[in-house]
Amino acid sequence: MKKTMYEKIWDSHLVCEAAGQAPLLYVDRHLMHEVTSPQAFEGLRNANRKIRNPHSILATMDHCVPTKNRELPIADPIAKKQIETMADNCRENGLNLYDIKNPNNGVIHIVVPEHGFVHPGMITVCGDSHTATHGAFGALAFGIGTSEVEHVMATQTLPQTKSKTMLVKVNGKLPKYSSAKDIVLAVIGKIGTAGGTGHVIEFAGEAVMDLTMEGRMTLCNMAIEGGARAGLVMPDEKTYEYLKGREFTPSGSEWDTALVYWKTLPSDEDAEFDTVVTLTADDIAPQVTWGTSPEQVAPVSGTVPSPENFNDEGKRQACISALNYMDLKPKTKITDIPVNLVFLGSCTNGRIEDFRIAAEITKSHKVADGVTAIAVPGSYKVKEQAEQEGLDQILIDAGWEWRDPGCSMCLAMNGDELTPGQRSASTSNRNFEGRQGKGGRTHLVSPAMAAAAATAGHFVDIRNL
Amino acid sequence: MEPYKNHTSTAALMNRSNVDTDQIIPKQFLKRVERSGFGAHLFHDWRFNDDGSDNPDFELNKAEFQSATILVTGDNFGCGSSREHAPWAIADYGFNTIISSSYADIFYNNCFKNGILPIRATQEQLRLIAEEIDAHEGCSLTINLEMQTVETPLGNNFAFELDPFRKENLLHGLDDIGLTMKQTDKIDEYEQKHRRLYPWLWT
Repeated sequence: MKKTMYEKIWDSHLVCEAAGQAPLLYVDRHLMHEVTSPQAFEGLRNANRKIRNPHSILATMDHCVPTKNRELPIADPIAKKQIETMADNCRENGLNLYDIKNPNNGVIHIVVPEHGFVHPGMITVCGDSHTATHGAFGALAFGIGTSEVEHVMATQTLPQTKSKTMLVKVNGKLPKYSSAKDIVLAVIGKIGTAGGTGHVIEFAGEAVMDLTMEGRMTLCNMAIEGGARAGLVMPDEKTYEYLKGREFTPSGSEWDTALVYWKTLPSDEDAEFDTVVTLTADDIAPQVTWGTSPEQVAPVSGTVPSPENFNDEGKRQACISALNYMDLKPKTKITDIPVNLVFLGSCTNGRIEDFRIAAEITKSHKVADGVTAIAVPGSYKVKEQAEQEGLDQILIDAGWEWRDPGCSMCLAMNGDELTPGQRSASTSNRNFEGRQGKGGRTHLVSPAMAAAAATAGHFVDIRNL
Repeated sequence: MEPYKNHTSTAALMNRSNVDTDQIIPKQFLKRVERSGFGAHLFHDWRFNDDGSDNPDFELNKAEFQSATILVTGDNFGCGSSREHAPWAIADYGFNTIISSSYADIFYNNCFKNGILPIRATQEQLRLIAEEIDAHEGCSLTINLEMQTVETPLGNNFAFELDPFRKENLLHGLDDIGLTMKQTDKIDEYEQKHRRLYPWLWT
């Protein structure tokens, strides 16, 4: 039988299928951060259970951590306790933790690939919906709840129901200044935020395979915003090249064995998917969200829609409520929307190439009056690399703030946040009401679009620069 | 976990689509290291005014919904993050049943781990129930998990589908981890094969 990559990974991880119970899948890698794990450790302790495979876990601190004045004690006592609890839990259980002072520290989904911790064909989980990021390596990676975090710690398995499969094929060549972020926003605009519910998406086609590994991570990262549990890209030479020589990547004869296995993973030709969606990359312009859901998105050359543009009553109501929250009028040109704050960072767009393109766009310009621009590298390694390339100086010279790594304004748990009414151009992944601060208004964009907005004080069509 | 009991209760109607986990429990409340105490912050940004008083325009603040254990709401409920703080807050507030036409996957899974029954209705069934609650103050629904049915005073009754494994666990309040641990022999066996096939994962 012809199999998709998802089906191959599923089959190779099936531990058992007991009568009357959900199939049990084996978990290879378990990623952790401070927010979704403490209650799982507590549950384990209360039940007197042990972690089955401590070596399968890599932990970091990212959601609550300050991105400036890191040398000072954490001011928020509840955040401080959460950070300390994480450190205690990892120490007690002998887990590999990149704590706040560790040079390997950063956002979990940035740090894990940097160390080659996830490989093609693995099942990887984390108490974080953006675990989908690691699908870029051809690994089945998905977010789980805290009870499931506890389940994986205790048993190294998860009861799962099989997902449907969706192929998103992006044909053709992406135009200059459109990026992986624009592809994924265009996909979500097309299928909707519930379009992928119950599915695992495999991204394929020329424009996807043309992306760098960083680009593929951005793409898979936001599969969850299309409702899918996971995104996948088949491994290829770029994947192997990226992985080679990293800390947790096999070497010597084990590398050769692994490579033989990895090459068996891509979906068989003519494998059947439950749903197929096709896009033409050549048509994908830089995207800007105008509403409070990632599906409420328009090309930068477009306008804010009117409720009448939607036939579906639910979507019409959602448009009315989003325009109200965002304080936008129908038919406003996207390029006429002003911004007060620009956030460059997150597990979606906090990698080195994101800072390279932002610096390229920013070079010899200044941040516009009245705009605050914040650059938050995804990890200390990204920060160091950017500094070696002089990207930090370009941004600082233009008036950007250059911060320490963390999730920062992506979800605004650490004190970096919008004030009510402030409007951001943000390279993160969610524009939900209040996500970046109560009353804050978020427009999701690519790093290039964010950098251009910082300079202009409003959105600009970067293709015309 | 407490076993799920069949019951009749007032249903609260929150007729909104795409309610995301950031609305269910905003991020400023995710720093606690306990599982309890999240109900006080459920739908915080919608539920309270800036001065901390109740927002009278928010659906769940209506007097007739105060004792409700059933939440009736729109499409794609629970989209966004994986935070289990969302179902913790819902359960702690007092809901043990949700009726919607669709749920985000992770949220849906998380409900079952916390004794919450998320019922999938068709769009039409949902519309009829929403209209009935809207028109009849204090409208009560009867949920029968064994029979997988919802009954309403006006007879907008329907049967819903549910995975038998999940149903069994809810009915008996079973601990998933305990169930899986009964399969330890199978996990050991799988791991031996895993070490042989993928040795680089074990070094």
